[in-house]
Amino acid sequence: MVNKRIDGPTGTETVGHEWDGIEELDTPMPRWWLWTLYLTIVWGIVYVILYPAWPLVDKATEGVLGWSSRGELAKEMSVVDQGRVTMREELSRIPIERLPENSKMFTQAVAGGRSAFQVHCSQCHGSGAAGSQTLGYPNLNDDDWLWGGDIKAIEYTLTNGIRAPGVEKTRASIMPPFDGVFEPVQLEAVVNHVLSLSGRGSRNALGAQTFQDNCSVCHGTVGEGNRDLGAPRLNDAIWLYGSSHEQLRNQILKPKMGRMPHWSDRLDPVTIKMLSAYVWSLGGGEEFVEVAADPAVKVDAEP
Amino acid sequence: MPNRDPSRASSAPPRREGEDSEPTVVVEGGLAKTNEPVSSAVAEPEAATRRHEPHEPPRQHLPAKLFEKRTKVHNKRVDGPFRRFKWFVMFVTLAIYYGTPWIRWDRGPYAPDQAVLIDLANRRFYMFGIEIWPHEFYYVAGLLIMAALGLFLVTSAVGRAWCGYACPQTVWTDLFQHVDRFVDGDRNARIKLDAAPLGPKKLGKRAFKYTIYLIIAFWTGGAWIMYFADAPTLVRDFWAGEAASAAYITVAILTLTTFTLGGFMREQVCIYMCPWPRIQTAMMDEKSLLVTYKDWRGEPRGSVKKAKSEPEKFGDCIDCLQCVAVCPTGIDIREGPQVGCITCALCIDACDKVMAEIGRPRGLIDYATLDDCKKEANGEATRPPWKALLRPRTVAYFLIWGSIGFAMLFALGVRSHVGLSVTPDRNPPYILMSDGSVRNSYTLKLRNMESRPRDMEIALQGLPDAVMWIDTTGRDGAARKQIKTVPADQVLAVRAYVIAPPGTDTDDFSFRLTSRDEQKESVETKARFDTPKVGE
Repeated sequence: MVNKRIDGPTGTETVGHEWDGIEELDTPMPRWWLWTLYLTIVWGIVYVILYPAWPLVDKATEGVLGWSSRGELAKEMSVVDQGRVTMREELSRIPIERLPENSKMFTQAVAGGRSAFQVHCSQCHGSGAAGSQTLGYPNLNDDDWLWGGDIKAIEYTLTNGIRAPGVEKTRASIMPPFDGVFEPVQLEAVVNHVLSLSGRGSRNALGAQTFQDNCSVCHGTVGEGNRDLGAPRLNDAIWLYGSSHEQLRNQILKPKMGRMPHWSDRLDPVTIKMLSAYVWSLGGGEEFVEVAADPAVKVDAEP
Repeated sequence: MPNRDPSRASSAPPRREGEDSEPTVVVEGGLAKTNEPVSSAVAEPEAATRRHEPHEPPRQHLPAKLFEKRTKVHNKRVDGPFRRFKWFVMFVTLAIYYGTPWIRWDRGPYAPDQAVLIDLANRRFYMFGIEIWPHEFYYVAGLLIMAALGLFLVTSAVGRAWCGYACPQTVWTDLFQHVDRFVDGDRNARIKLDAAPLGPKKLGKRAFKYTIYLIIAFWTGGAWIMYFADAPTLVRDFWAGEAASAAYITVAILTLTTFTLGGFMREQVCIYMCPWPRIQTAMMDEKSLLVTYKDWRGEPRGSVKKAKSEPEKFGDCIDCLQCVAVCPTGIDIREGPQVGCITCALCIDACDKVMAEIGRPRGLIDYATLDDCKKEANGEATRPPWKALLRPRTVAYFLIWGSIGFAMLFALGVRSHVGLSVTPDRNPPYILMSDGSVRNSYTLKLRNMESRPRDMEIALQGLPDAVMWIDTTGRDGAARKQIKTVPADQVLAVRAYVIAPPGTDTDDFSFRLTSRDEQKESVETKARFDTPKVGE
């Protein structure tokens, strides 16, 4: 029940309700408060004219200023793109072997390479570039390189691929299958000899002789490997296809040989440069030595 | 002679002169209830409650009035100790506000030389010898807590002193009112000018006044942005049109708000917009100092002439309305404590002057607590107002406030200016190297909070056989320690590779970062070395 009265001390009317003796004064609002209401209305009208406001079927009214959040995003993106263009231009002018000396460019190249790696390389080499032993994709973090680990060699591999069909300068070599070549005893002996190169199997004369006759041409007399041929080191702790007797036997009889696509027709040279920098930066990158200036290998054409 | 008539003072509150209606007293259930205003002398909880106890008040309907026109305040010039104090506070606070950004403070070649600078772009806060990084924002939070507690402290000690003297709204309103007085003259002249029709003279005066308003407002907005960039550079850029658009927008907004709030809204801000008066009413009690009119002494009001003929019938208040004339918020303090009173005490100055002229004791309007009002009305001895400051609540607030401040200063004094965070590579967790050893990779972030480049030493703690190298040394430079120069006032990210011989167990270890200067500041961060072999 509305029970308005005039409050004595203030001379103001109450709102007419009362809760346990507590009443509320119906103090009039200040006049300027009304102006703020009118101001918001004016503001609203101006806003509707200037900015997108009324929703229509497929979009909203456009507003006189033509502003849109998409447009704003496009503007910001173009600023970023512009910066990237400048960076890429600078990057394209630097010879790859000089890149690590320029720490600012190198940092940007590594950052760009990291995102390109996630898009183009992580499918096989993994997002952390750790590869996969079961599938035979090499780990790119370690210091074991089949074809060379300086930044220029990495760039060459990326550009031309490994055993990439139809690419003239691709890195190519072949491990001949020895199925039916060795006697079982001879096979076991050579497996043991290969393991002994890294200090695990038992040394034996038959194995050593067989290795000397059949394997050392490519893998070297002590199994040091040959990067020109992509022949892996056999005297280290890293085994791309596994290091058990069984896995070694299989690799001798029916060798697996990895392939990598060439990226020269899919990625531009600057992206390849950035990818090289990223892979090189993973911790196993080797110093570029001037004498190895031409990493192009002279190998027999792929059969 | 503060209590000439104790019997009158202790009785029910005196009726106001000229009030047309009788006090409405309703007897209900043996209780007499009244609608009369409650004197501050009897301001006990029961009185207020009884006043609003439900009963049948006289019905009366006013014409509906939704909005009320603001009555413009033309406060009169006054002089006195409180006015002089207000001048002093105004001078000090404005000097601090306008002047602080121009104070220089040498921090060497790698840091800005502005004493107080909020460097948003580089995320640094400089305050004289203190530099705050974003991760130390809790110092700023502490400062805000201190500001809040400081307000509680001041309120509990001296009531709304903040509102009356130091609040920016009060200071700027005061400044603008002085401009009014300077251009248009004192109270009466201003009222006359307001009523006058708009002619060339009035137009000229208004234009002149608003120009001064605008200059002050612009200066105020301009001073604000000086805290966020190097002041001399910013001033040059600003006038050359080369400053950031945010600077111009900020100045424009603050010019507009200062012009509006200081020039026109004034006391409306205090009465309608500001939450602080509402919070403060909850924080004050009968022991808080406030500006109060001693109605038991002043009522009933009567002119000097009337009082001369019938001295027994009239109180000390001669109804000269000087207290109303000087009030910057336009209230009548004689109506009792109210939300519109900012306790600037100008009415005390005005009333004391009048009392001196007519030869009556000062302090008819005075700083007093409600407790003291009651005692004084009853003729008991009262304490001097300054003693009201010393009470448990005030002391407790002061101790809390002080200890927070002390704790922050202590923490600032002993904080370390180096920092190290370690992020291990998780994919892959470890790498087998061709010689059979195991490598883990980490991203280290070296933090140098000094304003000069520092050589820092990163060392391995634990993992006795392990060595490390960083991206700039390569594996050839692997050792137990590496040295890196961290640029002034920056965080440097470093890739670190830790390598351990074959057969090492998974183990915890830590990186220790030590500055290679006389401070030898050091910090240690734990990390984990993963290997294929998991130790028991």
